[in-house]
This record gives sequence, C-alpha cells and structure tokens, in this order.
Amino acid sequence: MKQYLSFFRIRFVAGLQYRAAALAGIVTQFAWGFLSVLMYKAFYESNPDAFPMEFSQLVTYLWLQQAFLALFMPWLFEQDIFDSVVSGNVAYELCRPCDTYNMWFARNAATRLSNTVLRCMPILIVTAFLPAPFRMTLPAGWLNAALFLVSMILGFLVQVSISLIIYISAFYTVSAQGIKMLSITLTEFLSGAVIPIPFFPEAVQKVFNALPFASIQNTPFLIYVGYTGGAEAAIAVALQAVWLVVIIVAGRLLIGHAMKKVVVQGG
Amino acid sequence: MIELKNINKTFRVAKRNAGFKEAVRALFRKEYSYVEALKDVSFTIGDGEMVGYIGPNGAGKSSTIKIMSGIMSPDSGECVINGRVPWKQRKEHVRDIGVVFGQRSQLWWDVPVIDSFELLKDVYRVPDAQYKKNYGELVELLDIGEIVRTPVRQLSLGQRMRCEIAASLLHSPKVLFLDEPTIGLDAVSKIAVREFIKTINRENKTTVILTTHDMQDIEALTERIILIGKGRILLDGSLDELKSRNSGKKTLTIAYVGDKLPAIDRLTVTKDIGGHAEIVLDSSEISVSDAIAAISGAVEIKDVSVEGTTVDEMVVALYKEFRI
Repeated sequence: MKQYLSFFRIRFVAGLQYRAAALAGIVTQFAWGFLSVLMYKAFYESNPDAFPMEFSQLVTYLWLQQAFLALFMPWLFEQDIFDSVVSGNVAYELCRPCDTYNMWFARNAATRLSNTVLRCMPILIVTAFLPAPFRMTLPAGWLNAALFLVSMILGFLVQVSISLIIYISAFYTVSAQGIKMLSITLTEFLSGAVIPIPFFPEAVQKVFNALPFASIQNTPFLIYVGYTGGAEAAIAVALQAVWLVVIIVAGRLLIGHAMKKVVVQGG
Repeated sequence: MIELKNINKTFRVAKRNAGFKEAVRALFRKEYSYVEALKDVSFTIGDGEMVGYIGPNGAGKSSTIKIMSGIMSPDSGECVINGRVPWKQRKEHVRDIGVVFGQRSQLWWDVPVIDSFELLKDVYRVPDAQYKKNYGELVELLDIGEIVRTPVRQLSLGQRMRCEIAASLLHSPKVLFLDEPTIGLDAVSKIAVREFIKTINRENKTTVILTTHDMQDIEALTERIILIGKGRILLDGSLDELKSRNSGKKTLTIAYVGDKLPAIDRLTVTKDIGGHAEIVLDSSEISVSDAIAAISGAVEIKDVSVEGTTVDEMVVALYKEFRI
C-alpha cells in the first residue's frame, strides 16, 4: 500500500507546482459557470414549469460542477501514461515490483485531487457570497450532506477507473487518441456534464441512469441539491459502489490480458 | 544464476510498400511478415559474472533483456533466473534485478532526482538503513551529490545517465541489466560509468549483463562476451577467444624520407604515396620490432604508428563469417 501512496504523493506534489495553470483554470471556470447560469436563467424565465428542479438547485449544481471539475472531468488524462506505452517507456514500469493497475490508479487519482485542491476553494467561497439567484446554497440537509461526501468519493473513483480502461486500451492501439476522444465525448454527455440528466426526457433518463456514467458526478450533485434524497439517494450510492467494482474488475481483466501479449515498442 | 534454454520469440510486423495506392490497399488487407527475433537462444551466466551481450541493431539483444527482466514472454523455451521464471513470477523477480534502458528514462521528468529515488525506495520497500547506505555509496561513486536536487529536465544526458544507474541500484539488486548504458555519452562520462560498473561488480558481486554497440565498453569491462546476430547466439566465450579467431594482423603506418619503399621480405605494402606508406604484417611471421628494424634499414623513418585489429573489425569479420 505504501508504494502506491508514494506514487500518489509524487504526482500530488508535482500537480501542486502548477499554480499559474490553477489560476487560469479558476478564471475559466468562473466564466464558464456564469455563462451556464445565465443561459439556464433565460430558459427558466421563458418557462419555469418546464424546469425539473428549482432554479437555485440548478445554480448550485452548476457551481459544484465547476468547483470539482478536475475530480470528475473525463478529459483529465495523464499524457505521460499514454506516451510511456506508445514509446515503450512503460518497460520501466513493468520492471517494478508493483501492480501497474494500482500504480496508474494512484497516479490518476493524485493528479485529479491535486488539481481539485488548488481550484475548488476559491470557487466554493466566492459563489457562496454571490447575490441571490446566482448563489451556491448549502446541502439540502445533514443526511444529504453525509451521503454527498460518500457519493462524491465513489463518483471520483468511478471516473478514475473509467480513465484506467482508456489507458489500458493504449496497449491495443498504436495511438489511443481515437478511443480517448470517443470516451471523453460519450462520458461527458452521458454523465450529465453537458446537460444535467434530469433535463433529459423521461425515457432517455432511464437509459442514462442504467449506465455507469450517471454514477460519476450526477449522483453526488443531485444528492447535494436535494433532487434525490432518502432511500432513493441510498440506492444511487449503492449503485455507484457496484459500478466501481464492476469497472475495476473489467480494467484488471483487460490489463491482465494486455500484459500477456505486450510488445514493448522501440529498441 | 541465469539460465536460458532454447528461447524462441517471433514478432508480427505490419508491412506495406511505399505509395498512396499501397497505403489505401493496406486499409483493407494488411500484410504481415514474421520476424524471428530470437531463435534457440541458450546460455548460462553464473553469479557475479560480468557479461557483454553484443550484436548489430535488430539482433535480438533488447528482446533477450526484455525476456530476462520479465516484461515479455518468449514463444517457447525456458528461462530461470535465481530459481524464478521472470514473466511468471514478475513481481518477485523484479525485486532482485535492476535495469537501465539507455534510451529510456525512469526518473520523473519534472521533480528533482531525489524525489524519484525516494519513490523507488518505497516501491522496492528498501529499509531506511539500507537505503541510506546505498544512497551514500552511489552518490559518492557516481559523483551526483551536486545534481540530485535538480529537476531531471535540467540535467545533461551524462548527468541523467549517472542518476539512472543510481536509481537502478538503490534496492541492491543481485542482477543488473544495462541496455546500452553509454549511448550518447561523452568520453568523460563513459569512463566514469565504466569505472562504476566495474566497482559494483567487484565489490557487491552484482551480476552485470551489458548490451552495447561500443566495443570500448566491452574491452574495458567484460571478460566474457556473447555475440548474437539475427536472433542466434554466434559466439559465447572470452574476449581473447574472439581476438584469437582473428589472425594477428597489424598495420604499420609510416612516414619516411624518400619516395618509394623497397620491397621487404614478409611485409606487404598496401599503400605507398611518396613518403607515406601503410604496411600490413602478420605477427606470427614477423614481430613488429623486427619489421620496424627491417624498414629502418631500408629507409629513414620519420614517424611510425602500429595498429592491431580493433574489436570492431573483429565483430564485422564475425558477421561476415556467419553471413549476417
């Protein structure tokens, strides 16, 4: 365990170095957040009845999304890992007495967390003091707050385990670019990162909720704002745990297969 | 103890001819050819030995190293290192080995070298006392005390390579694989690296297997060489054995007063351009000093240099002999 913590630490520390990137990220996320809020406000004003949730709930959802962007975004990959597979540098990693899957998991989790640590606080604090319709609200209750925390950790791990599958696929293709793009687009859309899932038609929602992607940011954010609560929320959290196990098992099987037929490229 | 028996490995390589038409055709029908990277490779290396593993590009050197370090499995054959099969007991096996791939880097690019070392310490679970001892020794022997606090991206190639080698030895491996460790290094760094390799082989009884194109590396370091070409072992023996396979031809280059050398018994003049000449002799027929005496008896010598056959030439000769 200690060795994976070390991978986590070295990546975490390296991530904290990039302060200018974090600052730029914060500015971008504020701008993006405001644009989204204003756009939904226009929809809300034209027809409040067509809205599946309160406007304040939606605003909170959007700010949470911006604050914890690095935790859940499907496009946050470690280029190093792809490069190492393509160039053959992965040879070194395979020469270590540790599990490649766990090592990559620790690295990806660390990058996401270090990015989030640098970015979330300014966004959470500032948006909590914005004027009324744009303000981020507190969790919908103590139970929701507790479930939100558990659900957020699970959602984060589900996203990392999905990213891991994309990394492993690099062993099978010469360039992982295609799979990467496809996975980013699909995950963003199906996880409710583009449009929150409750805004989709009922039938579409059913499909989305049956997929693992709904277990990433959708579940924790909807619990926080109180859109889901009680037993429904508990079931959603349990579902996250199930998906996490399933995707990790799938990733491990895949990497096991890849390792058997691995050909390290280049001299 | 390293034992390889009848190792075979074949790669599938995608092939197509040049040109747009061919590229389009390859979209629908891919053609592959099969390259036999290793054919029936067998050898045994004892503990504490230092072996040079040489061969031309594409001979199968790196493939053998990859198999021995457990990151690739052969199609058939046996390989047992310290009682373990590398690719089957990978995790246990790699704990005992250190690997340096000269063309790759194991250090983290954007953090100081020391951070990578600390990470490796945790990865290999090196006890504090042992780490301290190894670290102290490596820093001193490789002279990297000044640079371990520098981010890797700011190191020169020679500095980085010394750090790479140190990184591979922090866990006191029993076997060290060096895959072209001196590639791209300047003379000073090469000598430092060679000296260091000799020291750890002597002091710590580390088994060292070295692949290289640099024949000076081999001459300076190893007693035993294994020559591989086109996936087959061509020669497994001492460097002297390799040398003795070649006749004792020497080349004398002389500068003399006059414009033509008279013919001298047992010497072959290969080039003579008024005042400068190249003479080839076979040291089993005439000694170098006798030859020089004979020449100086005929003409006045201004300058002379003697060259034996270099190991490079021997290897080239061997390639020719085995038609590879």
